[in-house]
Amino acid sequence: MAFKPFSEMTDADYAAVGFRSGLEIHQQLLTTKKLFCRCPAGRYSEEYNAEILRHMRPTLSELGEYDGTALMEFKTRKEIIYLINRDTVCTYEMDDTPPFELNTDALDIALEIAMLYGCAMVDEIHIARKQYLDGSIPTGFQRTTIVGVDGSVPFKDRRIPIVQLGLEEDACREVSDIGHRRTYRTDRLGMPLIETVTAPEMRTPTEVAEVAQLLRRVVRSTGLVRTGAGAAREDVNVSVTGGTRIEIKGVPRIPDIPLLTYNEAMRQWNLLRLRDALHVRGITQSSFRSRTEDCTKLLRKTRCQPIRDAVAGGMLVHGVALYGFKDLLRWPTQTDTYFSREISDRVRVVACLTTLPNIIHSDSPGETLASSEWQTLRRTLAATEEDTIVLVWGNKQDVTTGASEIALRAKEATIGVPSETRQALADGTNGFERILPGPERMYPDTDLPPLRITRERLDRIRADIPEPVWERERWYRELRIPADCIEPLSISPFAPLFARAVRDWGVHATAAAVILIQLPKRVRRRTGVSYAFTHEQMSEVLRAFRDGVLAREGLPATLEAIAGGAHFSHDTAPPPCTQKELEALVHDASVTLQHNLRAPHRRTAALMGIIMAGIRGRAPGRTVAAMIEREGKEARS
Amino acid sequence: MSENYRGYRGPALATLQEYSAQVWSDVEIHIGTGTFTGIVLPRSETADPHHIVIKLRSGYNVGIEATGVEKITVQGRKEAHYKIPEKEFPFDPAKPRVKLLGTGGTIASRLDYRTGAVIPAFSPGELYGSVPELADICNLETEKLYGVFSENMGPEQWVGTARAIGREIEKGVQGIVIGHGTDTMHHTAAILSFMVQNTPVPIVMVGSQRSSDRPSSDAALNLMHSVKTAAESDIAETMVCMFGPTSDVYGLLHRGTRVRKMHSSYRSTFRTIGDIPLAMVSRESIRPLRHDYHHRRQDRNVTINTAFEERVSIVYYYPNMKPDIIESLVDNNYRGIVIAGTGLGHVNKPLYPALRRAQQKGIAVYMTVQTLWGYVQMYVYDTGRDMMELGVIPGANMLPEVAYMKLGWALGQTKDVLKVREIMMTPVAGEITEREPSNGYLIFQGGIPEVEEFISRYRR
Repeated sequence: MAFKPFSEMTDADYAAVGFRSGLEIHQQLLTTKKLFCRCPAGRYSEEYNAEILRHMRPTLSELGEYDGTALMEFKTRKEIIYLINRDTVCTYEMDDTPPFELNTDALDIALEIAMLYGCAMVDEIHIARKQYLDGSIPTGFQRTTIVGVDGSVPFKDRRIPIVQLGLEEDACREVSDIGHRRTYRTDRLGMPLIETVTAPEMRTPTEVAEVAQLLRRVVRSTGLVRTGAGAAREDVNVSVTGGTRIEIKGVPRIPDIPLLTYNEAMRQWNLLRLRDALHVRGITQSSFRSRTEDCTKLLRKTRCQPIRDAVAGGMLVHGVALYGFKDLLRWPTQTDTYFSREISDRVRVVACLTTLPNIIHSDSPGETLASSEWQTLRRTLAATEEDTIVLVWGNKQDVTTGASEIALRAKEATIGVPSETRQALADGTNGFERILPGPERMYPDTDLPPLRITRERLDRIRADIPEPVWERERWYRELRIPADCIEPLSISPFAPLFARAVRDWGVHATAAAVILIQLPKRVRRRTGVSYAFTHEQMSEVLRAFRDGVLAREGLPATLEAIAGGAHFSHDTAPPPCTQKELEALVHDASVTLQHNLRAPHRRTAALMGIIMAGIRGRAPGRTVAAMIEREGKEARS
Repeated sequence: MSENYRGYRGPALATLQEYSAQVWSDVEIHIGTGTFTGIVLPRSETADPHHIVIKLRSGYNVGIEATGVEKITVQGRKEAHYKIPEKEFPFDPAKPRVKLLGTGGTIASRLDYRTGAVIPAFSPGELYGSVPELADICNLETEKLYGVFSENMGPEQWVGTARAIGREIEKGVQGIVIGHGTDTMHHTAAILSFMVQNTPVPIVMVGSQRSSDRPSSDAALNLMHSVKTAAESDIAETMVCMFGPTSDVYGLLHRGTRVRKMHSSYRSTFRTIGDIPLAMVSRESIRPLRHDYHHRRQDRNVTINTAFEERVSIVYYYPNMKPDIIESLVDNNYRGIVIAGTGLGHVNKPLYPALRRAQQKGIAVYMTVQTLWGYVQMYVYDTGRDMMELGVIPGANMLPEVAYMKLGWALGQTKDVLKVREIMMTPVAGEITEREPSNGYLIFQGGIPEVEEFISRYRR
C-alpha cells in the first residue's frame, strides 16, 4: 500500500495514520529597540562595515548533559562569519558586552498576549540560554524566557492548548552556507519576538494552517506586533503513529503548511515501512552491518564525472557497503523523493559536502559508474548483489565524517524515524537541517537576575487588553456583517472603534464594517496609496453617516478626499440636498441629456450618473432614483 | 536550613515543606489559572523568599509566587549531576610536558546554584573532556593552586604561585600555563615577572572573557593558544596570552609587565601599552613580532624571589584631591605610595605638605601617569620639580599597577629607600623601557575614513 497523493487524502486517512501536529509561532514585536540592548529594531540593510569570525563549541546543560544537536554542530566544524552594520548592531550582539536590562515594552506586549491566551502567568521570569550551535546567534545561545504557560484558544468544537508563551531575541539572517563557512547578517539579531507553542492537537494539515491563521489574528489584534515579510515565522511539529516528533523549521507562509505537513507525515509513514522491510530482511539495529574503504585508487580512471573531478582535484573517495540494503536507497520517502536523499542530506549538513551530488549509490537507476567498476568495488568491500554501495568524496576529514554519517543514517533506518529538525523546501518537501535539540540545551542565564512580575504590572496591562479575537469574530457573525470583513476587522486597530460605533452611536453594523474595512481597501486600490486613516477621521465619517449628513454613495469619494489630504468633519460637511435642490438638478440634467442621449433606454442610468457625481453623497441614491422616475413619468405624460 | 530545601526561605520554604516538595522533586504546581510541571530547583541565596523555581519540561526555569500556590503534587525526583565528562588525558612520550596551574577564573566552569554564578571546574580529565585538542599539543598535567576570582588574588596567592612555578621548572616541565581570572591578570603577570626571574621556559597566563559554559567562549581557543605557547614557543618570559581581535583568529602574547586589561567585556581586552606585543599565536603557529625576548633554555636555573611588602597603595589623583588622602596613608604606616598623576605626572599644591610628611617618614613615593601611555617627565613644569623636591620619584613609563607591584616587591626586600630606588629604577622584566616606539601608541578612532577603510578591509 502506498501513501495517497495530497489531493486524495481525507480526514479519515489522516486519522488512520495518526497524524498529529503542533505549532511554534515566532512573531516579532513592535518595539523601537531590541530586547537586551538599545539598538534600533526592524532596520534591515545589506550594507555592512565589518566582519567577525567565530566558532561554536558544545557546553554542558544545567543538568550536566550535552545536547545532541550541539554535538552534531560541533562535528561540522564551521567557521561562522558575521557581517556587522554599525547602525544596527552594537557590542552586545557581537557578544562582547553583557546584556542590558530586558526591554520593558517588549515584556509588556508578551504579557498582554499571554493573557489573551488565558495563560497561567509566571510570577518571576528567569532568562534562559537556549543553545544554537549553528552560529545563528554569536553568543551560541538565544536569551529567552517563559512568561506564561497552560493557556488555550477555541478552535472548532474544542480548545487548542497553548503550552507556553516565551519572549526571546531574534537570530541572524543566513546569507550563505558553503563548505565549512557559514555567513550571517546581524541586523535582525536581538529583535524581540514571542514564541507561542501549541500542543500537538491538530489532526489534519488543513487544521494546522487554520490554527496558525487563528494565532496570527490573535497577536495581530493587539496592534503591537510587526507585520510584513519575515515578521512571523512558523515551526511545525509533525508525527504519525509509531513515528517521531519532527520539527519543520522556518515555514515562511501559512498556506505552505498543509503540503509540508502532508509530506512529512508521508515521509514518516514510509520510513516506518522501510524499517519493516529491513526487519523482514533480518536487518535490525543490532544486526546492521556496514563497511567503509578508501576506494580512491580503484576509481582513478572512472568516467563518472563527479568522481573523476574529485579524484583529479586531489580528493579521496570512500565506499560504504550497506549489507542487505539492495534497492532500499530507492525507497520513496516524500513526493518524488527517496531514502537516498536522507543520506545525502546528512552528508551535506554534517560533513559539509555541500556540492551536489555528494553521493552516488549502486541502487541508482541512472548512469553512474561502469558495471565493471561496481564489480571491483563489490570485491573490495566484500559486498554482493544483495548489498548497496554508497560513494562519497571530499578531503580526508570531510570524507571520513561523510562515510560515517552514511552508515549512521542507514542504521537509523532500522529503528524508524530519527529525531530531527528539518527545513521547509519550496516544493513542499523538507530536508534535514539538524538533530532535534532537547531540553539539555537550556541553561540559566547567569548574566541577568530573575525579574519579578508584579501584580500591579499585570493589572495595568489587563486594563488595556483587547477582547479575544474569537469573541470579536463571534459577535461580528451575530451582527451579520459581510463575511470578508470579519477576520480583517477582528485584527484591525479599528475593532474598538467599530464596537463603539455600533454599541454607542447606533451606526448600522454592516455600514460600519464597510466604512472601516472595505472602503479603505477600495481607496488603496483606486489611488495606489496605502493611507492610514486615523481614529478621529473615521469617527467623523461614521457619525456623519449615521446622521445622514453623508450618504452611502458619498462615502468612497469622501474617504478618497481625506486620503488626498482634505479635512472632513461632521460639522463642516455640506448639508444634505433639499428636495428643491434635487428637483432642479434632475431637471437640468434631463435637459442636458435631451441633446446628447443616443440610447434612450439608458436614460435613467445616465441621469443617475450625472446627478450622483454632482452631489457627492449629499443625498442617498434611492431618493435620486425615485425622483428621476417621477420626473420621467411627468415628462412622458 | 536543610539541604533538601537549598536556598529557600520564608513563604517559599513554608509552601515547599507543606507539600514535602524538596529540591529536585518532580512536581505539578497548581495555581488558580493553570498548572506548572517540572523539577524544583535550588534557589539562589541572594534571591527573594517569595518564589519557588522550577525547571519546566521544556528546560525553561520559572519562578512561582508561593502565596499563589493552591496545591503541589510530587511525582518523583530527578537530581542534577553536573559533571564535565572526564576522560583520561592521553600520554604521548614524543610530546612536551606542560603544567597548568589553576588559580580560578572561567577556563572551565559550571553553575553554582547557591549564588547562581559560575564556578570553575578543573582537572586534566575535565579539560580533555571539553578541549580534546589539547592532547594534540602536549602532555598536560594540572594542579589547582587556588579557586578564587581574580579580584580575590593577593600576596598569599602570588607568592604561592611563584613558588609553584619554581617547583615545576625544577621538575623539568617544558612550559607553564596559569589559569587566572582576567580582572587582575595583569597585576599577577607583573608580580610574577618580578618574583620569577631568569625562567628557562615560557610562563603563560590565560583566562577567558566569556566563560566556558558558553558555546562562543574564548576559553577553549585561549587555552589552546597558551598551551601551544608553553609547549613550543622560544619565549622564556612571563606572558599574558589572550585574544588579539574579537574574532576567533589569533591570540597575542603580551609581556607581563606591559600588559593591561583595557575593556570591561571585549574578548580582545588585553593590550600591550607603550610597546608592541611579543608575538602572535594561532593554533597553527607562533609568530614573534620582536626579537629582544629571553630565549628558552635547557637549564633549570630559575630565581624565585617572593619578597613582598603589603603596605603599599596606589593613589589615583583627581583635581581637588585633599591632602587627607595622603595623610591617612602616612598615619596608617604605609611604606610605599604609587601616584597615578595627571599628564606628565602631576598633583595639586595642597598635597605638598602631606607629601613632605611622607618624605620625612621615609615612605617611598613614586609617580606614574594615569594617561597610561607615555613617560613621567617632572622637569617640564615647576609642579614636577617641586614634587621631586618633596621626594616623589618619577617612575618612567611603568604602568601604575606594575609600579605598585614592583614597589611592594622592592620594599619586601629592603627598608633602605635608596636601595628601593635602585631596585625600582632598574628594569627587571621590561617594566621600564628605554624608548617608546611610534607604533606603541595606536588607538584607532572609529569614524575616520582611513580607519574605516582599514577595518572593512581586514574585517576583524
